Amino acid sequence: MSTHTNDYVPHAPGYVDNEGPKVVTSRFPYEDSFTMERSLATGGYEGLKAALAKSPAEVAQEVKDAVVLGRGGAGFPAGIKWGFMPNIWPRYLVVNGDESEPGTYKDRLLMERDPHQLIEGCMIACYALGLNQCFLYVRGEMPLAHERIATALNDAYAAGYVGKNVMDTDVSIDIVLHWGAGAYIVGEETALIESLEGNRGQPRLKPPYFPAAKGLYYQPTIVNNVETLANLPWLMVNGAEAYKQMGSEASPGTRMLAVSGHVKRPGVYEVEQGVVSFRELFYDDNFCGGIRDDNELKMFIPGGGSAPWFFEDQLDVPMEGRTVGAAGSMLGSGALVVMDETTDAVKACLRVVRFFARESCGKCTPCREGTSWEEKVLQRILDGHGRPEDIDLLLEIGSNISPGTYPVAAFGDEGLEAVPFPPKQTTICPLGPSSVAPITSAIRRFRDEFEAKIDASSDDAAEPVGAAAGGH
Amino acid sequence: MSRLNPANVTLAHEIISHYPKKKSALIPLLHLAQEQDGYVADDAMEHIAELVEVTPAEVLGTCSFYEMFKRHPVGTYMINVCTNIACQLMGGEELLHHAEETLGIRPGGTTDDGLFTLEDVECIAACTEAPCLQVNYRHEYRLSTDDFDALVADLRSGKRSDIPAHGTLGTVRQHIPADRRAGIRHPDDEGTPAWFASRQPAES
Ligand SMILES: Cc1cc2nc3c(=O)[nH]c(=O)nc-3n(C[C@H](O)[C@H](O)[C@H](O)COP(=O)(O)O)c2cc1C
Ligand code: SF4
Ligand code: FES
Repeated sequence: MSTHTNDYVPHAPGYVDNEGPKVVTSRFPYEDSFTMERSLATGGYEGLKAALAKSPAEVAQEVKDAVVLGRGGAGFPAGIKWGFMPNIWPRYLVVNGDESEPGTYKDRLLMERDPHQLIEGCMIACYALGLNQCFLYVRGEMPLAHERIATALNDAYAAGYVGKNVMDTDVSIDIVLHWGAGAYIVGEETALIESLEGNRGQPRLKPPYFPAAKGLYYQPTIVNNVETLANLPWLMVNGAEAYKQMGSEASPGTRMLAVSGHVKRPGVYEVEQGVVSFRELFYDDNFCGGIRDDNELKMFIPGGGSAPWFFEDQLDVPMEGRTVGAAGSMLGSGALVVMDETTDAVKACLRVVRFFARESCGKCTPCREGTSWEEKVLQRILDGHGRPEDIDLLLEIGSNISPGTYPVAAFGDEGLEAVPFPPKQTTICPLGPSSVAPITSAIRRFRDEFEAKIDASSDDAAEPVGAAAGGH
Repeated sequence: MSRLNPANVTLAHEIISHYPKKKSALIPLLHLAQEQDGYVADDAMEHIAELVEVTPAEVLGTCSFYEMFKRHPVGTYMINVCTNIACQLMGGEELLHHAEETLGIRPGGTTDDGLFTLEDVECIAACTEAPCLQVNYRHEYRLSTDDFDALVADLRSGKRSDIPAHGTLGTVRQHIPADRRAGIRHPDDEGTPAWFASRQPAES
């Protein structure tokens, strides 16, 4: 559609209009991309029109055929998830616009720069699912996104694209803009639903594993990420076959990837899945153009703060959920944080762990107590008061915040076994276990840095009171 | 301080009408109270409890979970500096320290003139534009310490009229005209939408 400039787009902070097919960011180069006029002038609501010409089942099948993988973190195919809905009404669609995973910056851009595309995607999903009420949950700290979506919804209602008798058909669907109030955990889908019911945003006990069975008001509910739904208008216009021309066989289409940290050109890039490797993304001129000051790469986070770290050994892994998962981490929310040789591994590890300690919702003891204990131990190592047993202590605390059968980091390439978590589940959601990812990653790879800090520590006399609170 | 004023009560009823269950409007109504007073006052919470038909304790229970709700007055401008990993790598902590020194307050504190409150926050979804911060949740990107000083000077001299006082979120609200509504579905309201039944091919 647009001719790529390979430059930053000034009105879309951080977005780089790189070479390559564009599914969800095609309007970003237009300064007025968020308006109804621009949307309609560039094919807006054509996807909804195409969908309404089919039966809901055909639309759902098209999404299934295209293998639209969820872009919120887990990468579950949307079409399959939709199929989990029992034949019970009313049912609801809840859109997850709570983006707050460390390193993640894409849903906010999609909401601010192209709200009509998202609204159209919501309408297509509602139609396919046979439901007439959608809630668009936007993170509280994003007032610009609120304004743009509120304006777009008001315009779309007035123009007949949302609400009663959509595009002069018998179809009627409401979309309600809802907003959060600051809590990372609300991004977890059952916590999101609790929050939407007006409660404290704490995850629900599983099973049921998917809100598709019991969600909002304990009715069948689909929760989908903003970027996932933003793919649907393009898909409806161009079809599943065209969609599968992009990306790899297992992961068709594109993903928005935010690359931050020590690269020459940090930015948000829309990239074909499974085609580009981390090395190309970090070093190619079409993307980030190399590590800053031509330094050495030390490590990188491939998929948000919850993801185990990768190193130069994994640079040639193609970027898609399947391959990244097999290599021992996850592409998660498309958040890549690059760290060069000047980075202190203990300090970086502490910062990510501190995030989880601050954001733990407090429902499960191993997470509530364990994450802040991990933080305390890391802090004392960094402050020069570490104890020889601290490294083992960190690993032990971590092994007790167990996700049960969730996959965990395996550094198979290096002859190391998968991290031996006990096979029992000790937490309700993956937040607590996520805090273990940076710890195991950093200790396995940079144990010497931890040891050097501990060896150089002045002992007990200087022990700060706070750090002793951990117990052992 | 205060209950919701009459104009906000009208708005509150409109917001409540968007949801199948009244309690779902709780967070938006808490934002409305915070927009009115700059923080969430106890009386406002009681008023909201009446409006959504729950106990004041339930409103407090929800309110106290979320970081954006302030139960005491804060500065006109809340400056939230991100120090999470991507920002830390690019100098977010140094920026926070500079802010502390310049404003003479620690995270959580408010300047004596009531103009600024400082916070040390988690990722604000602008990681490629690090280090970054928000003023009343409006983003500022790639700030040097000089940029920070210039920002503070502009805020002091009233040059940033684009940033509303603390509490105001979006300056545009969604309004659904009565004649355009599809109609909300209460969870007890069973049955498929008529259009769905008629458009679905007969089940085999
Ligand atoms: C702690 C935690 C935080 C999450 N945060 C988000 C988030 O901010 N946005 C999001 O879309 N999904 C988030 N998820 C994933 C959601 O639970 C859910 O899987 C996703 O919204 C489903 O959408 P998708 O299938 O379209 O990806 C989070 C999950 C967990 C466990
Ligand atoms: S693991 Fe942590 S965040 Fe998740 S439910 Fe338990 S306490 Fe809450
Ligand atoms: S880490 Fe600072 S905005 Fe994401």
